[in-house]
Amino acid sequence: MKWNSESKLNGLALLVALLPVWEGLSRTELVNPLFFPPMTRILRSFFLLTISGDLPYQILVSLQRALAGYLLAALVCIPLGIVMGLWNQVYRMLELLIEMARPIPPPVIVPVAMLFFGLGDEMKIFVIAFSCAWPVLLNTYDGVRSVDRVLMHTGRTFGLSRGMAITKIVFPAALPQIMTGLRVSLGIMLILVVISEMVGSSDGIGYFVLDSQRRFKVDQMYAGMLSLALTGYALNQLFLLLYNSILAWHKGLTRAS
Amino acid sequence: MHLLEVEALSKSYRQIGGESTLAIGEISFQVEKGEFVSLVGPSGCGKTTLLMCIAGLIPASSGMVKVNGAGISGPPKNLVLVFQEYNRSLFAWRSVLGNVLFGLEVRGKLSREAEDRARHLIGLVGLEGFERHYPWELSGGMQQRVAIARALAYGPEVLLMDEPFGSVDALTRLELEDTLLKLWQELKTTILFVTHDIEEAIYLSDRICLLSRRPSRVVRGIEIRLERPRNQLTTRADRRFVELRNDIYRQISDQAVK
Amino acid sequence: MKPPGRINLPGLVTLLAVLLLWEGFSRGSASLQLYFPPVSRILVSLYELMFFRELLGHLLATLGRFAAGYLLAAVLAVFLGIVLGYSRLAYSFSEALIEFLRPMPSVAIIPVAILFLGIADAMMVAVTVYACAWPVLINTIDGVRNIDRTLLHTGRTFGLGRWQALRKIVLPGASPYIVTGLRISLAIALILVTTSEMVVGGSGLGYFILDEERSLQTSNMYAGIFLVALLGYGANRLFVLVEGRVIAWHRRMTAGETV
Repeated sequence: MKWNSESKLNGLALLVALLPVWEGLSRTELVNPLFFPPMTRILRSFFLLTISGDLPYQILVSLQRALAGYLLAALVCIPLGIVMGLWNQVYRMLELLIEMARPIPPPVIVPVAMLFFGLGDEMKIFVIAFSCAWPVLLNTYDGVRSVDRVLMHTGRTFGLSRGMAITKIVFPAALPQIMTGLRVSLGIMLILVVISEMVGSSDGIGYFVLDSQRRFKVDQMYAGMLSLALTGYALNQLFLLLYNSILAWHKGLTRAS
Repeated sequence: MHLLEVEALSKSYRQIGGESTLAIGEISFQVEKGEFVSLVGPSGCGKTTLLMCIAGLIPASSGMVKVNGAGISGPPKNLVLVFQEYNRSLFAWRSVLGNVLFGLEVRGKLSREAEDRARHLIGLVGLEGFERHYPWELSGGMQQRVAIARALAYGPEVLLMDEPFGSVDALTRLELEDTLLKLWQELKTTILFVTHDIEEAIYLSDRICLLSRRPSRVVRGIEIRLERPRNQLTTRADRRFVELRNDIYRQISDQAVK
Repeated sequence: MKPPGRINLPGLVTLLAVLLLWEGFSRGSASLQLYFPPVSRILVSLYELMFFRELLGHLLATLGRFAAGYLLAAVLAVFLGIVLGYSRLAYSFSEALIEFLRPMPSVAIIPVAILFLGIADAMMVAVTVYACAWPVLINTIDGVRNIDRTLLHTGRTFGLGRWQALRKIVLPGASPYIVTGLRISLAIALILVTTSEMVVGGSGLGYFILDEERSLQTSNMYAGIFLVALLGYGANRLFVLVEGRVIAWHRRMTAGETV
């Protein structure tokens, strides 16, 4: 994306200007402070919860589950997507099953997972893996399908075996699209960990936010959401960093053409 | 024994309707060790298909390809194909050096010597200093130089080239032709070159195989007895060059009318 | 895309094999039946629940929330997206807010919505609107920004007014992006509706599925999942259908007008 950085100042200025307005409205009870606690109180709550280790703990618990499910999805779906992309028969065999399972909205997998795994970590990991699987699988498949034939011929003329062609040509050539799938799944991962913790858990950031609301600790609830936003932002940046270091060649390539 | 022998090779395709069409009909020719041979024919005569068959990338419908007297099944070890589409055949995720090392890596011969050899070849194609660059940072002509260096680093006995200079501009093309001749003379690699550019074929080759329209056959073999080293100005101005060109042109356009 | 009318035989065989294995193993083992009730029993449950019990009501509740949230989000976000894509000033003021809110997983808004709106339909629609708006908004902004400036200038030289320029250049130019955003949001809408139904309970397919699991009526649970998947699938097909119609209509209209 090519947003100008100069324009960011305007928005920041507006945000900063809004904070005292919010603060004032809330303190003078022009808006209900139960719904809109003063910004300073939210920040104070965020600060205290961070110092006490409560928020970091909840985030950490959630992140563990999230990443376990995410990696599981990647480990299963990247190889499967490559196999489906290389052997059309395999794709055709699985096509209808995939088309049946894909429209299931991921949240309703939570009850199924609860049935199988109870309320533990396995339940959340399963749900997250199920939901993250689709973008990775379909993008990998697409990426492999669109590997240039000339590239494959080039490999063969140099005596590359089928197995080696996968590691030396198919995988690197499809990697940009695999990464696209992984990126989409990263957002889904965070959504699903929150959902599964809201529906069936006694810890984790999703549980924390909902529980704070139920006990009317509204500043805590907002503090939890703030930490979620920060986590989401950090994960995204981390992913971009990884993306740019692994796929520097692709970035240059797309810019060149 | 000939280094490369094509015996009565034909290739037909099944069309969607189920009918099969003959793209190549019974082609036979030989290439001797160290020779530079060009295949020339009207466009759409199946030159690329023929080359793919010789490279073992697609199976022939009938006939045979022999290298050093032995029939091939699949890509032979001592033969490499350079494609016209350099931008599609280079590995965008590998540097110039990484691309040139590819063939050696596949053979499991990655070593200090291999890298020296790769660097030497990069120098020979005139890309010294670009080892760490990525293909997309280079111009089209430079990319094709990388592809040529990559093929030669593999140390093939026969280099097959499919209109390698078909997608570069005219000036670059002349430069690349001279680079190729220099490499050929230095490395003594046998080259089988496909082009539809008659002058290019005459300028480069020892011998030209003239192909007919689909289903293509060898119409005629033409020895090119112009002195080497050749020169873009004097060779092309030579009376024999012009006569050869007119002669071949007439034959091809006769083909096209029929 | 596969050509229409061609049957994927290996796919069908695999699907049938899986269903048969499921049915067979389930009938063979009583301990397995809790987790995988026979497919035939699930279908019977679906039939009975649909026509003789409350499932139809749950389906309609979910459908209503889904449609209301999605459509409202679409209208709002396209409108906002055009404004923000068109006006540099408006965008610059909202950018920081957008970049701050966007990385937060949208479902985290559910507790806030409960706080403000209670557990009524309005709350579920509100969270759906919030979550669905993002992809449409971001894509619309992108689409409007990517319109070739010379195209706009050309329009201006032909004396197009602002409104006309919007209708004839901006909207058609940005529509591929908008459609992409709308398609992403379709899946998101169903996620938000079912999640909020599970969290606040009462009615809807999300609630039904969770409730049947809790009372270990697993064949009912699977019946509900089947139904909600069908809803998602149907919504997608409808989207493709409408998209095709709109594009065809649009092509006809612009063709007629430019001649």
